[in-house]
Amino acid sequence: MTTGLIKTRAERFLATLRHCQVLGLVVEDASEDSVTMRLPYSAQIVGNPIQGTVHGGSLTTLMDTACGTAVFSVLPGFELCPTLDLRMDYMKAATSGLDLLAVAEVTRIASSVVFTECSVYQEQDGQPGDLIAKCAATFMRIGANMTPPEFRARIEHGDEI
Amino acid sequence: MNNDSSGIMTPADSRFEDVLREAQQSGQFQPLVDQIPYANLIGLKFQQLGKDVLFQLPKNDDNIGNPILPAIHGGVIGGFMELAASLHLMMNMDCGTLPKMIDFSLDYLRAGRHQDTYAECQVWRQGSRVANVAINAWQNERASPIATARAHFLLTK
Repeated sequence: MTTGLIKTRAERFLATLRHCQVLGLVVEDASEDSVTMRLPYSAQIVGNPIQGTVHGGSLTTLMDTACGTAVFSVLPGFELCPTLDLRMDYMKAATSGLDLLAVAEVTRIASSVVFTECSVYQEQDGQPGDLIAKCAATFMRIGANMTPPEFRARIEHGDEI
Repeated sequence: MNNDSSGIMTPADSRFEDVLREAQQSGQFQPLVDQIPYANLIGLKFQQLGKDVLFQLPKNDDNIGNPILPAIHGGVIGGFMELAASLHLMMNMDCGTLPKMIDFSLDYLRAGRHQDTYAECQVWRQGSRVANVAINAWQNERASPIATARAHFLLTK
């Protein structure tokens, strides 16, 4: 699969996830090796009104989505894999006003499970800056036959469901 | 909460700590929850039953993350449980500010269907600096949880 095709697939997958549209998540980059996803800073996701920092829950959604999109983008056959577990470490509170960038990688594709890792950085001057959080997530493979044909068509051709 | 024209919150809003102190004195925590934008975004509600607290995440189209089932986004389930754990700590202990999450480990047990979700927390250990909190979330019955999690928080006096 070409990198351009993987990114298109990742973007179409993300577009089907309503809550991710509410948060404004964007696929910045997607390849065989990794997916980079942006969580724009917004007042609605603030969890600490004293500092104006975003709530860990929006980071959970960012990391779960980045890892899940990395899995979906690299598996053949449009397999939808539910999350089995997530383990997150919060290194540093994100600075108020800065966007966050998640870089997710698939570390191993086994027959029933896919292992992933993700790091979240705050964006500084257009580059990934301080490490904010890290996550390890595993996903269950339930089989490509569990993907409804209309969902597959939407990802393959960009059709509306 | 202060918002400037760009929608970015200005830091150092000390009112939150006053609201927390008032809530801890009166036992009325709704004004505190109202101060947290993320709680409002996902629609978190709660009910205090003596020392126990039942958290509720009402059915909300904007929380969907799986259009096929449909099901709640796993990240929203996690965010709901993280928020429940930190609120539970503030409701049950004498802390002057928001507890900081150190880490969070979340196991998904069943799909979180597009319906109301509930959560309750248990503080297994509260030391002088760190608290360990377990969180369970369920939908139809408490005995069939959709997710279970454990969080560590750094406590600041």
